[in-house]
Amino acid sequence: MTANASRLSRRRVLAGSGAFLVSFSSVQSLVAQPQQSSADISNDPNGPQVLPGSLEGAPYLDSWIRIDSDGKVTVFTGKAELGQGIKTALLQIAAEQLDIEFSALRLVTADTSLTPNERYTSGSHSMQDSGTAILNAAAQVRQILIGEAARHAGLSADELRTERGSVVAPEGMRFPYGELVAGQRLHVVAAPQSALKDPNQYAVMGRSIRRVDIPAKVTGGAAYVQDMRLAGMVHARIVRPPSYGAELVAVATETVEAMPGVVKVVRDGNFLAVIAEKEFQAIEAMRALTAAAQWREIASLPEAESLPDFLTQLPAQDITVLDEGNLAAATAKTASATHTRPYQAHAAIGPSCAVALFENDALTIWSHTQGVYPDRAAIAEMLRMPIEHVHCIHAKGSGCYEHNGADDAAADVALLARALPGRPVRLQWMREQEHAWEPFGPAMVVTTSAGLDTQGNILDWQHEVWSNTHSTRPGPAGSLLAARSLAAPFAEPTPKPIPMPEGGGDRNSVPLYKFPRTRVTYHFLSSMPIRVSSMRALGAYANIFAIESFMDELAARSGADPVEYRLRHLDDARARDVVATAAERFDWKGRTHGTPDRGSGFAFARYKNLAAYCAIACEVEVDRESGRVRPLRFVAAVDSGQVVNPNGIANQIEGAILQSISWTLHEQVTFDRHRITSLNWASYPILRFSSVPDTVDVHIVNRPGQPFLGTGEAGQGPTAAALANAIAAATGQRLRDLPLSPARIKAAMK
Amino acid sequence: MNVALRVNGKTEHLDIDPRTPLLYVLRGELKLNAAKFGCGLGQCGACTVLVDNEPVFSCITPVAGLQDSEIVTLEGLGTVHNPAPIQKAFIEEQAAQCGYCIAGMMMRAQALLTKNPAADEKQIRAWLEPNLCRCGTHMRILRAVVRTGRMMQQMK
Repeated sequence: MTANASRLSRRRVLAGSGAFLVSFSSVQSLVAQPQQSSADISNDPNGPQVLPGSLEGAPYLDSWIRIDSDGKVTVFTGKAELGQGIKTALLQIAAEQLDIEFSALRLVTADTSLTPNERYTSGSHSMQDSGTAILNAAAQVRQILIGEAARHAGLSADELRTERGSVVAPEGMRFPYGELVAGQRLHVVAAPQSALKDPNQYAVMGRSIRRVDIPAKVTGGAAYVQDMRLAGMVHARIVRPPSYGAELVAVATETVEAMPGVVKVVRDGNFLAVIAEKEFQAIEAMRALTAAAQWREIASLPEAESLPDFLTQLPAQDITVLDEGNLAAATAKTASATHTRPYQAHAAIGPSCAVALFENDALTIWSHTQGVYPDRAAIAEMLRMPIEHVHCIHAKGSGCYEHNGADDAAADVALLARALPGRPVRLQWMREQEHAWEPFGPAMVVTTSAGLDTQGNILDWQHEVWSNTHSTRPGPAGSLLAARSLAAPFAEPTPKPIPMPEGGGDRNSVPLYKFPRTRVTYHFLSSMPIRVSSMRALGAYANIFAIESFMDELAARSGADPVEYRLRHLDDARARDVVATAAERFDWKGRTHGTPDRGSGFAFARYKNLAAYCAIACEVEVDRESGRVRPLRFVAAVDSGQVVNPNGIANQIEGAILQSISWTLHEQVTFDRHRITSLNWASYPILRFSSVPDTVDVHIVNRPGQPFLGTGEAGQGPTAAALANAIAAATGQRLRDLPLSPARIKAAMK
Repeated sequence: MNVALRVNGKTEHLDIDPRTPLLYVLRGELKLNAAKFGCGLGQCGACTVLVDNEPVFSCITPVAGLQDSEIVTLEGLGTVHNPAPIQKAFIEEQAAQCGYCIAGMMMRAQALLTKNPAADEKQIRAWLEPNLCRCGTHMRILRAVVRTGRMMQQMK
């Protein structure tokens, strides 16, 4: 029987019974068939019905859930634990829908030999993609197990229930899951619909179960790729060029090769690295090699001072994102504003790291990449190896906040492991390498303009955004730094815009507010003088900063309260709920007015207009002498759909607020015409405890039974605008250029 | 060269270059995971360990001068099965996201609380200023450290 046939037969069963029953004998007949790879099964062309979440790409139930004959249950996800708590949330979903104890489950994350191909762990997609897949797969497996128990017991499925890893009959007879499957794999194509539990009965989902990854992290367990110690492992360091496009003219390697512990110097074109027995020996050898290398640099970077003008003058592909509505009459008043964002860095605390072993013509890589499958493909292409000879396993790292140096470090170590077969190689980048070479969040320019009626209501809204791409992920081999620096280099791929509704530079460029006429244009800039890619929230950060700052300006013009003004233009009931919740919990109406140097600000967005809703209110104090902003309190309201782990959602929103405070008040990549010059925490300062708010409160609006809405990036944009609005309230000055630095605030108040 | 180091209550005799920063000896020769490489510059605190009860950036501290010192890493405080108060508190407050900075945060906080378990939040904020967290877990870290102080006071 083929995959298509199995799906058809299953549909026939479904259609015939009206209930969710699949006889286990058909399952057994399926497992006897030649196994397809459980990973990356392309969509069935005959299947008109879309499967939920990532089941669409990997439709076999045993791609997600396997039950051993001893009752052990393993859950598989193609997503990776990035510190966002996804492992715990996915286990909760499986435990709930399978009716099995949380502690009895195992979870395998992103691994090209074991898990489904869910592309990247990015874009706040993990709950929507993998959470939804596991929710449905677990529910369907549970129904199969009930059906099998019914067959054994000669009972109707309606008479059976599940409890703690067993199907239970009315007389108390128990059928443990392990015995029901007898070691057979549930190699069945999923159905489009599942018999999900009633959300009111949830006992595991919706609870703040403690994260499974935290104990190791607070006791010195081997929690990260950085902590891997394979037998015979050696340590590597890269010598990166001093600037983009620099060419290695000459390097004398003999002295370095003679240094203590040095195993090998590897050079291929502009790719230069050293491998040593011990880590500090590798660092010392790297320093010597850096001193020995002569580079030819080019002045490829723009003038930092005039960056916004430089960007808006680059050749652009103009994309009409939205052009809807008509105006019945001319507008009474108009206003416009331009907001800018500099290049900003992911800047994880731990520089990128990877471990690889090349032996018997096969390569295994452990990486904190967000996408084991795409990274494997790019690395295989770079090494000109058959893809099936490359195995990529996710291992936790620091960060990540989207596309940082992880994939590049994996490519670096792959080249080095191939140069030293039989010995595992561990590479960690140095701080200055991460700061100089990671792909930054792109600089952006956003202009907004509005036409108003006599009451100040918005009739006509225009939004224009200038930005590079927000994804240069692998992709082809040329996405990788190492591949571009080889003697036979791979070309950097031509950047493409990410299409809406998710969007890249235009992510969240369409306001959720309703106006009679709305026009949104994305000026996509394909020329990239500075290396860029996805950074948490992508273009949404700057677009929401612009929209929500401008909304406050317009409210002020018409003498309206900023929250009331937003509600006036907002008809989405769930959006209105989070706005009202945040305002109420903050005591927006009772907030202090006119206290010298203190001000409150409000902002709202629905991430991507399709993920979590998030409203944020904050209060700040501004020191007029120094221009320094002290955030005092933050209140957030978030609607993530069905809540799986409230503490996890709160942790993500708190983190988004704190990180966005850091971006918004402190951060800017600096450069001269040749080089990136913000190379460490002194030249690229980020939030320290002295700038941390007194309080941050997150209020979750639960929506039982509703789809999961990605949350991890929802707080970034609203925080930026809430801060700008609070600073404007405190000082009377509107700041439109990020970061809202003390120097800028001081200058504005003069 | 032979170097003797007291780490987590044990004396370790190691044949190493005495210029080697402590971090690489902890992570390399002694296979301890907690102290992390963050910057190698003493700017972020991810490598923080205790040397004679004082927080030290192990990434810039050569082992040469540490032969008469007591070095304590996060592993020396407790284990998953027998956690120290600060480890319990960080679990109870779920005070980690990626967690890469957390071991360093905990060691710096431990130094303060050993001297003054009654330290208030303001003192804790000032004390933790040298350590960076990129995930924005600061509020939870503060709550966990305050909670640790309470636990330590109760144990007295």
